Amino acid sequence: MTVVHDSVERLDVEAVNSKERRALYAARVKIFPKRVSGVFRKLKWWVMLVTLAIYYITPWLRWDRGEHVPDQAVLVDIANRRFYFFFIEIWPQEFYYVAGLLIMAGIGLFLVTSTVGRAWCGYTCPQTVWVDLFMAVERWIEGDRNARIKLDGSAWTPAKLTKRLAKHAVWLVIALFTGGAWIFYFADAPALIVSLVTLNAPLVAYSTVAILTATTYVFAGFMREQVCTYMCPWPRIQSAMLDEDSLVVTYNDWRGEPRSRHQKKAAAQGQKVGDCVDCNACVAVCPMGIDIRDGQQLECITCALCIDACNTVMDKVGKPRGLISYSTLRDYEASASGQQAVTNWRSFIRPRTLVYLLVWSLIGFGMLIVLTMRDRLDVSVLHDRNPVFVQLSDGAIRNGYTIKILNMQAEPRRFRLEIAGVAGATMTVAGSDAPGSSSALVDIGADKLRAIKVYVRIPQANVVSGRSKLKFTVSDTAGSETSTYEANFEAP
Amino acid sequence: MASEKDNKPADREVDKISGTETTGHVWDGIRELDSPMPRWWLWTFYATVVFAIGYVIAYPAIPLVTNATTGLLGYSTRGEVAKQIARAKQAQSGLLEQISAKTLQDIRKDPELFQFAVAGGASAFRVNCVPCHGSGAQGGGIYPNLNDDDWLWGGSLDAIHTTLKHGIRFTADENTRTSEMPAFGRDEILESTEINDTAEFVLKLSNQEHNAEAAARGATVYADNCAACHGDAGQGDPEQGAPNLADAIWFYGGSKAELVAQISAPKLGMMPGWQNRLDEDTLKQLSIYVHSLGGGE
Repeated sequence: MTVVHDSVERLDVEAVNSKERRALYAARVKIFPKRVSGVFRKLKWWVMLVTLAIYYITPWLRWDRGEHVPDQAVLVDIANRRFYFFFIEIWPQEFYYVAGLLIMAGIGLFLVTSTVGRAWCGYTCPQTVWVDLFMAVERWIEGDRNARIKLDGSAWTPAKLTKRLAKHAVWLVIALFTGGAWIFYFADAPALIVSLVTLNAPLVAYSTVAILTATTYVFAGFMREQVCTYMCPWPRIQSAMLDEDSLVVTYNDWRGEPRSRHQKKAAAQGQKVGDCVDCNACVAVCPMGIDIRDGQQLECITCALCIDACNTVMDKVGKPRGLISYSTLRDYEASASGQQAVTNWRSFIRPRTLVYLLVWSLIGFGMLIVLTMRDRLDVSVLHDRNPVFVQLSDGAIRNGYTIKILNMQAEPRRFRLEIAGVAGATMTVAGSDAPGSSSALVDIGADKLRAIKVYVRIPQANVVSGRSKLKFTVSDTAGSETSTYEANFEAP
Repeated sequence: MASEKDNKPADREVDKISGTETTGHVWDGIRELDSPMPRWWLWTFYATVVFAIGYVIAYPAIPLVTNATTGLLGYSTRGEVAKQIARAKQAQSGLLEQISAKTLQDIRKDPELFQFAVAGGASAFRVNCVPCHGSGAQGGGIYPNLNDDDWLWGGSLDAIHTTLKHGIRFTADENTRTSEMPAFGRDEILESTEINDTAEFVLKLSNQEHNAEAAARGATVYADNCAACHGDAGQGDPEQGAPNLADAIWFYGGSKAELVAQISAPKLGMMPGWQNRLDEDTLKQLSIYVHSLGGGE
C-alpha cells in the first residue's frame, strides 16, 4: 500500500464496472463497498429510516369510516373491489384516480430528475434502500471492505461459516418481513397477522410472502447494482431527462487533474499537480463499482457517497472540499474555463421545470376538484335484449330493465326510483307485489351495489310504435343527491 | 497452444474487436461470431429442464395407447372440476337448505333467497329450457312466451311449479296436466259453416274485425260447444289449459284462417315433466325464476 499523503493511504481497488473492465460475457465481479461517513451518508440513513417506516407502519394505521366499512387507513380490498386511502374510497370505475396518481408520480419524477438529477435512484428507490440495508447488515457481521475481501477469499473455516450463516439468516429475516409487510396492504392487518401466524391464512398470502421474500433476498443480497444497470429501464430514460442545469455527481477534473499520488515529489520536480491525490477512496465506497473520475456514467445512481469519501480526504490533506460535488454541467463548464460558478436556487426555475410543475399541479388540482365533487350515487340501466318488448294480454306493451344503483356512501340509504317521459307508463319491481306506479322505493346497503329488475308497462292506448325516450331518475330520499339515466322504451 | 489451434477448422478465427471466436460462416465478407449464451439464459434453460423432469413425474404427461401416465400427484382436470363443483355446492348449502325448507311464497318474500333462486333458476333455465322457450324465455312457434301475463295453465308460483314438475300431456307422468280440445272439423262434430261462424264469433270476442252476422250465428255454436271450457266470455280456464280467447295474445295465431284451423284440428302443446330429471330445489328455483320474468300472478 502506498502512502500518498501523511494521513491518506492509497486504496488498492479497481472500478470493476468501469467501461474498460466490463466485459459483455464475464461473470459479475463482486463489489465490496467501504464504509463512509459524511453529510450524504447521514441523509441516506434518514431517508432509509423514513421510507422503511412508511412501508412497514402504513398498513397498521386505522381510520374510522363508520360501522359498515373497514377501518384500515390504507387498504386495497381486491375481494370487494375497493381501494381505501384515509378519507378517500375508490370504486373500480373510479380507477382513473389511481391512473392520475401514477401520471403525477411520473411527472414528479421528471421534475425531480431535471432539477436534482437521479435523486430517486440514489436515495428513495426501494432497490437502493434495501441494498443499503443489506450492506449495513453485511458490514456489521463481516466487517468493512478489507475484512470482507479477506473473508471472501479465505477457505471455509467454522468462523467463516458462522459469519456467512448469520449474514444470510439476518438477510432472510429482513426479506421475510419485507414480503410479509406487503400483504397487509391487501387485507385487515391485525386479523391477517393472526391467521398468518396460526397457519390459517389463504395460500395466496403465503405465496405472495414467499415470492417477495425471494425477490428481496436475491435483489438486495446478490444482484444489487445489476438490477439498476441491466433490469431497470429508468436509468435509460433519465439520461434523457437530464440537462445542463440538472445536479449530477461530478468529478471536477479541472481542479483534480493531473492527479498524482506523490504530490510533494512531483511538485518538487516542477510538474503541474492537481488536487486529486489518487487515493481511490471514491472508488472504494462506490456501491456500483465505478470510478466517478471517468465522468458521467449510466451506472451512477448519484448516491453521493463518493462526495463524502472525497471530502473526508480533502479535509485530511488540507484542501478545499468539493473535488467531487453535486454540480450542474453549466457550472462545471464555467469552472473549467475559469469563470465563476453560476448555480443557485434560481437555476431550478427554468421553462422546463416550470412546465413539469404546472402540468403536475394541474393534474393534482383537477383530481382534487373531481374528488370533492364526485357522485356517491351512480345509476346504470340495461334494457332487456331478449325479448326487447312483451305484449301483454290486454294489449299493453311491457319493457324490462335491469337497473344497477351504486350507493357509494358508508351508510345504508333509501332511494326513490322514478320514470318519466312516456305517457301512461307504470313500473313494477320484480319480486314486489306493489301495484304499478311511476315511482318505487329502493333500499341499498352501505357501500353496496344493488341490481333490480324493473318492468315498465304502457297501456295499449298510449303505445307509440318504435322507440321512445324513457328517463329513470334516482334520488336520495334523505338527501339531495340525484342521478338520471336516459333509456329507450321499445314497442312494435 | 499449437495443438489446440490445429484442432479448429481452418477458417475459425478470433475476432479482434470482441475477442470472441467466429463460427467460420461468412456471408458477403460478414463473419458470424460464435458468442456464448448469456449465463442467465443458460441457467434458466437448465432450470426449465429440471422443472420438466419434475413435471413429468408429478403430473399426467406421457400419452400411452389408450390413456396416459397419471403422475404421482394424481391430478386431473376432470377431478379439479369435480372439486370445484363440490366447493360451490358447499358454499351454497346454507341457502339451498332454506330453499328446501321454505314455501315458494316465503322464498319470494326473502330478498336474499329470492335473488339466489332467480340466479339459480336462470342457470337451470339456460341448460334445460332454452331449446324450446328461447334464451329470453320469449317462446316462439309452438312454444309459449313466458314473459307475458297470459298463462295457459296458470301463472301463480304453485301453478308454474306443478307444470314444471309434471309437464303437460306428458304421458310418462300420471299426474301430468292434460286436456284435449275436440277436433271439431276433422272428427266431423261441426259443419264447416258452423266452424266458420264460430271463428267469426271468436274474432268478435277479442275485438277484432269480424262479420257481425256470422258472429251472431257463431255465438250459439260457441255456447253449445266451447263455453264449457273457454268460458262464456272467452276468458279461458287455466285449470284445463283452455286459453283466454278474449285477450290480445294468441298462441297458435289469432287470424281467421288460423282460428278455423285450430277449431277444425287443434294443435295440442306438450311439455315434459321434470321431476325425474331435476331435483326439487332446482324446480323451486326455476318456478321463482319463471314467475319473476314479469307475468307471474
